[in-house]
Amino acid sequence: MVMQAASGALAAVSGGRMELFVQQLINGLTLGSIYGLIAIGYTMVFGIIGMVNFAHGDVFMIGSFIALITFVWLSSVLGESAVILSLFIVLVVAMVLTSLWNWTIERVAYRPLRGSFRLAPLISAIGMSIFLANLVQVTQGPRNKPVPPLLTQTITVIDSPVYAVTISYKQIAIMLVTAVLLALFWYLVQRTPLGRAQRACEQDRRMAALLGVDVDRTISITFVMGAALAAVAGVMYMVYYGVVNFNDGFVPGVKAFTAAVLGGIGSLPGAVIGGLLIGLIEVFWSAYFSTDYKDVAAFSILAIVLVFLPSGLLGRPDVEKV
Amino acid sequence: MSAPPPGPADAPLLRVEHLTMRFGGLTAVDDLSFEAHAGQITALIGPNGAGKTTVFNCITGFYKPSEGMLTLTPPDGGRATLLERLPDFRIAREARVSRTFQNIRLFSGMTLLENLMVAQHNPLMRASGYTLLGMLGIGGFARAERAAIERATAWLDRVGLLHRADDPAGELPYGDQRRLEIARAMCSDPLLLCLDEPAAGLNPRESAALNALLRGIRDDGVSILLIEHDMSVVMEISDHVVVLDYGVKIADGAARAVRDDPKVIAAYLGVEDDEVEAAEAEALQAGEAA
Amino acid sequence: MALKARDAAIEGEAARQGFAEIVKQAAFAALVTLGLCIPLLAIRTDQSLNNQLVLVPRWDAVAIACGLVFLGRIALAYVGRAGSLTGGTTARFHAAGAARPVGKARLASFLRTALLGFVVAFPFIAIWGVGWQGSIKWIDNFGVQILIYVMLGWGLNIVVGLAGLLDLGYVAFYAVGAYSYALLAKNFGLSFWLLLPLSGILAAFWGVLLGFPVLRLRGDYLAIVTLAFGEIIRLVLINWVDFSNGYAGIGGIPRPTFFGIPFNASDDGFAARFGLEFTPLYRTIFLYYVILALALLTAIVTIRLRRLPIGRAWEALREDEIACRALGIDTVNTKLTAFALGAMFGGFAGAFFAARQGFISPESFTFIESALILWIVVLGGMGSQIGVAIAAVVMIGGTELLRELDFLKAVFGQDFDPAQYRMLIFGLAGVMMIRWKPRGLVSTREPTVFLRERKAVSVDLVKEGHG
Repeated sequence: MVMQAASGALAAVSGGRMELFVQQLINGLTLGSIYGLIAIGYTMVFGIIGMVNFAHGDVFMIGSFIALITFVWLSSVLGESAVILSLFIVLVVAMVLTSLWNWTIERVAYRPLRGSFRLAPLISAIGMSIFLANLVQVTQGPRNKPVPPLLTQTITVIDSPVYAVTISYKQIAIMLVTAVLLALFWYLVQRTPLGRAQRACEQDRRMAALLGVDVDRTISITFVMGAALAAVAGVMYMVYYGVVNFNDGFVPGVKAFTAAVLGGIGSLPGAVIGGLLIGLIEVFWSAYFSTDYKDVAAFSILAIVLVFLPSGLLGRPDVEKV
Repeated sequence: MSAPPPGPADAPLLRVEHLTMRFGGLTAVDDLSFEAHAGQITALIGPNGAGKTTVFNCITGFYKPSEGMLTLTPPDGGRATLLERLPDFRIAREARVSRTFQNIRLFSGMTLLENLMVAQHNPLMRASGYTLLGMLGIGGFARAERAAIERATAWLDRVGLLHRADDPAGELPYGDQRRLEIARAMCSDPLLLCLDEPAAGLNPRESAALNALLRGIRDDGVSILLIEHDMSVVMEISDHVVVLDYGVKIADGAARAVRDDPKVIAAYLGVEDDEVEAAEAEALQAGEAA
Repeated sequence: MALKARDAAIEGEAARQGFAEIVKQAAFAALVTLGLCIPLLAIRTDQSLNNQLVLVPRWDAVAIACGLVFLGRIALAYVGRAGSLTGGTTARFHAAGAARPVGKARLASFLRTALLGFVVAFPFIAIWGVGWQGSIKWIDNFGVQILIYVMLGWGLNIVVGLAGLLDLGYVAFYAVGAYSYALLAKNFGLSFWLLLPLSGILAAFWGVLLGFPVLRLRGDYLAIVTLAFGEIIRLVLINWVDFSNGYAGIGGIPRPTFFGIPFNASDDGFAARFGLEFTPLYRTIFLYYVILALALLTAIVTIRLRRLPIGRAWEALREDEIACRALGIDTVNTKLTAFALGAMFGGFAGAFFAARQGFISPESFTFIESALILWIVVLGGMGSQIGVAIAAVVMIGGTELLRELDFLKAVFGQDFDPAQYRMLIFGLAGVMMIRWKPRGLVSTREPTVFLRERKAVSVDLVKEGHG
């Protein structure tokens, strides 16, 4: 009888392990998709003007706040049941307004410094990041802002007595939207004249300008695109976690930047792959080790990647001419 | 290919053997061998893209060669150094090979005097007891610093820039910046001075002054390896010329012999391949007849 | 009309802008502001009693914001026009390699001495000004606080200003110094004067450890990786509760004594020993002079090092690293030395901070601190001692001053807390300052050796370093 119990327990344990793994896989890919969308913004801006847009994480946070406020307002207007419609409108509104924010930030804080020395845009970006986070704190208050749970229906992937692996509509939506957007933007960058102009500016800005490319406009559009994606990520963040806070720009921002570097700075698919990897690492670390040090894991990966593999997985190494 | 000129009987200062440098699929330098002798000015010439700066970067340690050996033997009989293994700053510090750059690399925010003082960093560091003694004000640092200033002053005088010693290096006109870079390289007391296109952008008067300066440096016992496009400089002062084309050595000898070499002419002017062979055959016949 | 437009194009927009054009631009800016305000400023989310979000419209705030932007844009256009005719060009003319006239040099030297005199006499000036009790606040919150940041600024100046290495994680060394002092003092009871150098050495050791793998990175990458290190250390301090007590921090840190005599009200306290009435002012004044001495030590060491080969190598490194290597300089060692030395001074400051506060927690060592210290170095004018000091006074003094502005409560209502706006202003100040003075307050560099005369080098020629 002891043997029976033991074998039953063993089956349960090993069986549960598989399920746990798959569940964490789903969770990790979902989280990673959000990071990936933010990471695209980092990688595009770095590619075109060689600057780490320190404030991008806070732009993402602003996107999620805009989404939050719009959603709460729409819910009161359209009613609680029109969730899908509300979310759709929220998505569009957030993308438009967040793009406006990033466009303004670029015009005010970065463009005037473009000819200046190297450290200037970085300082400006740090200042902008602090300003944005505290602007939201001052206007909206420092407390967490919750939303009622959305899209909670789930699909059961693996029906096991020990641990049922589920995937929620939220998670499907997030991963799907990310995939679609990645494909869309990849197409945009590779096949359209805008994308060509972007890649030309990345390679040699002066030459591109001499050939008639409107460099200012191309850079502005790059910022707008990055912001739009960050806004989508912001909406997804709000839906997924159900709560936003003015401080939520910093840590996800650094994680997304880590993703961009891991994937190879300048590469769009690299940014998403990097994001997925970071998401998976974070989720698996939390599940199998401890939630305490999960942020340390992300920062450590950043340091390790920058020291040992600065060009990332899909990036091109940077050689200085002697 | 004509034989290299008879140099001093002892080992050459710099021996490059089978140097090959590959960047991914591109072979920039292919199996290059030549010698530079002590007390001579050796010129490395060739059309653009021939790999000359790559050779420099290998010799001075900024690139690690894919294959080959680079041996530096001091003329006073000291121990030979294998350059291909050393990083750039150690080649400068221990093998005493200094260089200048194609795009001038001065410390533009520092004065001329400061630039030349930085060049003497290593002896000054030792004199300051690696900073510790210098901090406390003991040890012979003050004396060493005075000597360094004197050396710097002498070189500034020699390149005609003494009157601007306290001006920022970034304010010098182009020709003066080139001369300052040479003076700075000389202040680090090298055995071999590698100059990357020192005459680029100089007018004829400045080129002539450069020639005089380089001859003076050679007569002082410092050997020179130079990359140059300006033929008036090359022909005027070189004791020995090595010609590269597409990473391969195509001529090696005295200046005049190299100048008349049909292969060299073909490389610079772009003659058809078969014409080159015909011209070579002619030269060979003429040589046999003589 | 076409001719006028063409004239406008030829003359340049600043010179010929008509009022209508300016108003149009201002209206556009106000419109953009309106877009930005919706919904963040327009609607405030408050928590209702059952934790639901309630929307509170605030269109009045939006109107004010748009109005301010509109008026500000108009004002800026006129100020800009006046400014461009004068300011920009003169700066270029007067600084470039011009020998400083003797009179001006004497004035600068006099000012410096006067400033030093003021700083040394400050506690007594404060006492004379606001009396015994009132001066504690001034000496502590202003004097000591500013001096801590001056020292931190001078420490980071070695790394960022002289060697040109972008370090965004300087707070890590501040934390190492503070925590090593706290833990060693509490657990081993060692004296302040022994632990101070010890903390510095520990911080320097960490500087070498952290610096070694990362110093071959360039520019932005070095900045990000140092940021990551700073955050890792903070997160470890938060999570490794057994070691650091986590968020709760470490309290009851032994206070510094006057060379063994404690600063308390007891009979063998400082006051009793010297026959004075007890007041906490004595410890404050003592702390003030300790930090003043530490800060001056930092300055003296930096100035001396600049004249030694290592200091010159740092500045040459900032100018052109490849040229340094070609001259036989071991750039990795040079960078490590700068990093370690900067870390050491950060460690000293951290130890002092822990001793002064009596309580430390990871909250004091956030990224914002690193940013603030970096602000101070950049605003000061990288490499300049006096510039960094002035910048520290402005930034720290400014933020402390905000707490004093109680009269604003009368204007905006009791709920108005200026300190809340501190960070907002801090961020905005960073953006504005880097546009207005990207190279800092001090626009020249002093050569460390000269033949005939010491001519200041215009900051336009000085490179800022690529890490």
